[in-house]
Amino acid sequence: MQASTPAAAPDEAAIREVIDAHTHLEGPLLPILHGMMEAFGHVPETAVQPIADALNIGRAEVHGVISFYHDFRTLPAGRHIVKICRAEACQALGANGLADTVLTRLGTSWHGTTPNGAVTIEPVYCLGLCANGPAAMVDDKVVAGLDEAKLERVISEAGA
Amino acid sequence: MKIYLSQDAVARALGADDVAAEIAKHDVELIRVGSRGMTWLEPLAEVEIDGMRHAFGPVSVEDVAALVDGTLEGHGPTEEIPFFANQTRLTFQRCGVIDPLDLDAYRAHGGLSGLERALDMEGLGIVEEAKASGLRGRGGAGFPTGVKWETVAKAEADQKYIVCNADEGDSATFADRMIMEGDPFSLIEGMIIAGVGVGATKGYVYLRSEYPDAIRVMNAAVKIGREAGLLGHSVLGRGPAFDMEIRVGAGAYVCGEETSLLNSLEGKRGVVRAKPPLPALEGFLGKPTVVNNVISLATIPVIFEKGAEYYADFGLGRSKGTIPLQIAGNVKHGGLYEVAFGLPLGEIVNDIAGGTRSGRPVKAVQVGGPLGAYMPVSAFDTPFGYEEFDGAGGLIGHAGLTVFDDTADMLGMARFAMEFCAVESCGKCTPCRIGAVRGVETIDRIAQGDDAAKDLLADLCETMTDGSLCALGGFTPYPVMSALTHFPDDFATAKEAAE
Repeated sequence: MQASTPAAAPDEAAIREVIDAHTHLEGPLLPILHGMMEAFGHVPETAVQPIADALNIGRAEVHGVISFYHDFRTLPAGRHIVKICRAEACQALGANGLADTVLTRLGTSWHGTTPNGAVTIEPVYCLGLCANGPAAMVDDKVVAGLDEAKLERVISEAGA
Repeated sequence: MKIYLSQDAVARALGADDVAAEIAKHDVELIRVGSRGMTWLEPLAEVEIDGMRHAFGPVSVEDVAALVDGTLEGHGPTEEIPFFANQTRLTFQRCGVIDPLDLDAYRAHGGLSGLERALDMEGLGIVEEAKASGLRGRGGAGFPTGVKWETVAKAEADQKYIVCNADEGDSATFADRMIMEGDPFSLIEGMIIAGVGVGATKGYVYLRSEYPDAIRVMNAAVKIGREAGLLGHSVLGRGPAFDMEIRVGAGAYVCGEETSLLNSLEGKRGVVRAKPPLPALEGFLGKPTVVNNVISLATIPVIFEKGAEYYADFGLGRSKGTIPLQIAGNVKHGGLYEVAFGLPLGEIVNDIAGGTRSGRPVKAVQVGGPLGAYMPVSAFDTPFGYEEFDGAGGLIGHAGLTVFDDTADMLGMARFAMEFCAVESCGKCTPCRIGAVRGVETIDRIAQGDDAAKDLLADLCETMTDGSLCALGGFTPYPVMSALTHFPDDFATAKEAAE
């Protein structure tokens, strides 16, 4: 699961393993970063230099790529990531009000994590479920046809 | 007893897997299929009665017992439901019909016959066939697919690539997702034909991370394709080499722009490249590259199966063939509706979609995703075609339609368009990077009663349109200005409102 939080900082060998699994690809950097996310729930700072060395590019370039994409985080998130769609089709079905209510109830804001560390709430711009909104994604599982009760249930199942 | 149950992401998001688990407790054969496109009926189950599939849905876990013993009330034969019966399903002919990963079923339903025919043609003959079909880029730009192929085919290089743009980030669009989940081999076959046609031996699908189901299905389909000899050192054992990989995006909307996508695929920031050079000449890793949208490529097999002429006979003017409309937002009957170009917008919204889900009057329809114009009801006679929408101050984009009822706040929607542009801008060009931020501020000034800010907003939009490198900054003015022009009451300042 993308959102799992490791107990200890990832060690060098584990980082090395992720890098080595992808260096044979054309354009390996994004697959490596996805690999880090999958293995550690974030891209650890200690991975930047080894990645730069393996691909023969600068640390700044690696950092630039990590910081460009919404999917890559440099610090661990909550145990689960709930992405709530904010795009137009979901807005047409009341997604804005729904998100506001849930964020207020959880006492957090976009990108924030609940105090118990269970759930991080992220915005997402379209999950392709646009005729059945409002929609959201819990880690890798999509949910649609949400109303307040259904979204609350999804979030409490995730532990918030 | 045979039951077909949708496994499309939208069906799973509405509980189809729980329904499947319940069905599995009974003595029936369960086949998971893609979506029939009628998403208001999802999870949709079909039962074969007298050789015809009958539709039941939305099916819940509690309905399963009645579904199995034949007492559940349904909708009759699936293909006689008006929403389905009135379509012309070419690209989506197999979607919802077969198990997406059953290559034999794919072949039994017409799959691979287009490729077999293409393998009997010369490379340039393939390009000519694509040109003759009149197929234009379904990602939004509407550039003739065959012309793009021709440029790559005629380029000299030791390596060429086919890149499929599956970064379908536009709100209200899900045709790419639906075909990848429901009939992945049609995309693979289309990419192989493109590869053989232009002399490319390697393909990539750049697939957005927001589509975990599509990623899973496409990866599985590529593996099956390799094992069956469809992909590999010789296509079907008699063609040239072609292999492909699925690559996952990382949440950047701008990577749907082709040059930004290529940078991302190379492992760089998804920053837009200036053109020229065209990707067709210097694309992925500097090599000649075809970058085509999912639907463009997935339509290639049917064109080669039935002939370019057959395909080109559908449509309107220079918009040839069929278009998978994606009807979304506040609608009664939403989903995917494949039809020849030319339907008037109002017919799509009122007759096919049945108006709003809320039952309130339609206020606006955003056509073409977040960069598309808000069309008012007064524009409902506009026929669905590239040139026709352009003439009406809009664009068809990826053919997604978001319907809004009369509670929509169009100033709010205009502000959102600018906000979205600011969040997703790659930062390369100033009109987009700075303009979007100033746009949000300017709309806030209008909301606070500063009437003069409207002219400023129009001026800013003109700068963004003329000065941006790509469609993100260049087209954000469509939703903003269409909202301001067609719905002036929503922009009435506090002062005006008081008068």
